[in-house]
Amino acid sequence: MTVEAPTVPDRTRRAAAPGPRRNRWPRLTRIGLSVLSVALGVLIWDLVSRNYTAFFLPSPRLTLDGAVELVRDGTLWDSVSASSTRILTGWLLGVLVGVPMGLLMGCVPWLRLMLDPYIQFFRFVPPIAFVTLAIIWLGPGEASKVALIFYTTVFIVALNTLAGVLSVNEIRMRAARALGAGPVRSLVSVVLPSTVPHVVTGARLAMGNSFLTIVSAEIVAAQSGLGSLIWTARNYAKTEWVFVGIIALGLLGYLFDWILRLVTGRTLRRYGVTF
Amino acid sequence: MTVNGAAPATTSTGGTGARAGSPVQIRDVDIRFGEFVAVRGANLDIAAGELVCLLGPSGCGKSTLLNAVAGFVRPAAGEVTCAGSPVTGPDVSRGVVFQSAEALFPWLTVRQNVAFGPQMRGVPKAQREAVVDRYLAMVGLAHSAERFPEQLSGGMRQRAQLARVLANDPSVVLMDEPFGALDAQTRLVMQVELDRIWRETGATIVFVTHDIGEAILLGDRIVTMTAGPSAAIKNVYRCDLPRPRDLTDPTCAALFRELREDIGAEVARTLRAQGLDEGHDGRPGGAHPDAAAQDGRPGRDDRTEGR
Repeated sequence: MTVEAPTVPDRTRRAAAPGPRRNRWPRLTRIGLSVLSVALGVLIWDLVSRNYTAFFLPSPRLTLDGAVELVRDGTLWDSVSASSTRILTGWLLGVLVGVPMGLLMGCVPWLRLMLDPYIQFFRFVPPIAFVTLAIIWLGPGEASKVALIFYTTVFIVALNTLAGVLSVNEIRMRAARALGAGPVRSLVSVVLPSTVPHVVTGARLAMGNSFLTIVSAEIVAAQSGLGSLIWTARNYAKTEWVFVGIIALGLLGYLFDWILRLVTGRTLRRYGVTF
Repeated sequence: MTVNGAAPATTSTGGTGARAGSPVQIRDVDIRFGEFVAVRGANLDIAAGELVCLLGPSGCGKSTLLNAVAGFVRPAAGEVTCAGSPVTGPDVSRGVVFQSAEALFPWLTVRQNVAFGPQMRGVPKAQREAVVDRYLAMVGLAHSAERFPEQLSGGMRQRAQLARVLANDPSVVLMDEPFGALDAQTRLVMQVELDRIWRETGATIVFVTHDIGEAILLGDRIVTMTAGPSAAIKNVYRCDLPRPRDLTDPTCAALFRELREDIGAEVARTLRAQGLDEGHDGRPGGAHPDAAAQDGRPGRDDRTEGR
C-alpha cells in the first residue's frame, strides 16, 4: 500500500511558521539590539536628568542607589511579593470563573442573551471606578484588591472564551456528534480544546490589565505593594523610589507574561498555542 | 442499464461479508432552507454492504441529501430511516467522512482521533486499542499513529478520517466528496484504496461526488440528481463491473458517456437558468480533452478525466 509522503516534515512547523518574520536575524543579534536599545535609553535618561533636580528627575545612578536601599531594608521584596500575590490570586480566580462562564455563554443562547447587557455595560466601567466600592464593601485588606483583579480578569477571559466557542469549526462539531459525543462530551472534548488559544489570549490580556488595576488599588488603600511604594515615596520626597517602583512593575509584568507564554507554549502547543 | 429512480432497489452485489440489517431508506424526502427548496421527493433505498454513489453537478443538493441521512439536516417532509429507526439527529450508526480535513481534531494524534468514537461509546481500553490498530493498519497509517493531523498530507488525513469512522463500527459510512480537495494523483490512489477497504470490510457506503470517473470506479449503483433548486433523484445506474475497475474498459467508457450526458443536461440547464448558454449540452465529443479516452482508445490510463 502506498502512503503519501507527508508534506510537513515534523512537528515544528506551527512553531516555525512565523519564522521568516520573527527570526530574520540571528538570536544573538536580536538580543544585542535589545540590550543596545536599553543602554541608549538609560544614557538619554542620564543626560536629561543632569538638567534637573533629583526631586524632579532623579538620575539612573540615584535610582540605582534608591533600589539598593529598598532592597536592603526589604521594602522592595515585600512590595513585589504583596502585589504579585494579589495579582496572581485575583487573576487565577478570574480565569477559573471566566472560562466556564464563556463556555456556558457560548453553548446556552438564552444565558448569553441574559448576560450580554451586563458584560457590555461593565466592559466600559474600569476597575479603578470600583476601588472605593471595593473598600467600602470588602474593607481595606487583601479581599478588596483581589476582588478588583478578579473583576479585571473575569470579563476579558469570558469574552475571549465566548469568541472561541462561537468560532468552533462546525464541521468538527458535526464530526464529534456523528462519532457519538453528546452535548456535554462535545463541550469537554471538542469545544474546550478548540477554544484554548482564545482562553490563553484572554488570560494574557487580563494579566496586563491586572497590573493597571493593582497600582490604582494599592495607591488608594494599602500598606504594602508596589502601588503603595510609589505613593508613599512622595511623603519622603524620594522621587527615585517612584522610579524604582515603576521599573519593578514593568519588569514584573514582563516576567509574568514571559512565564505565561513559556508555560502555555510548552504545554498547550497541541491546541494551537504558539508564541 | 438505466433504471428509474423510483424503482425499488434490488440488492446483493459488491461487498463481501455484507452486514445484515443496516439499510438506509430515504422516503419522499423534501429538504427546505426557509423558502428555498433544496431537495424534493427523494426516494432511495441503500442495501447492506452496498456502495452507492450520489453523482451530480455542484450545488445540486447531493451533499444536502447526505446531510439529511447523517442527521445534520432535518427533512421538511418525508423520512430517513437507518437500521429500521428514524433518523432524528447525528449518531454513531452513521459515520461521516467530510471533504475537509478540519473534521479531524488537531489536538489529538491520529491514534487518539481514531480512538475518539470508541472512547465516546465507552469501549474498554484494551479492546479499543485493538480496534484502532486494526483500522490504522487497514488505511495504512500504522506508522503515523503518533503524529498530529497537521503533520499529515491531504491523502493521509482522509485515510485518518476513514479509519476514525470505521473504528466506530457504523451501519453506514457517509462520504461527502472525501477526495474532492486532493490532487489528482492522490485521488487516484485513494479511490483504489477505498475500493479495497470497502471490499475488505463489507461496509455500507454512500459516497457523494461530482466526479463521473470516481463514481464509476467505486459505485455498485450510481444515483444522478437533477440540478437544484428542487433537486430530485434523476436516474439510478447499476454497475456490476468487476473490481478493481478500469475506466478505459469499453463498458466503463460507455457508462461514462451515458453519465456525462445525464449530468451534462443538468449542467446545461443550470447555465441556461443563469443566462449563460455556453453550448455545454452534455453531448460527448465536445470540448473535453479527455473525449478520446472515453472511446476506449488504448494507451491512455488517466482515470480522473471528465472533470
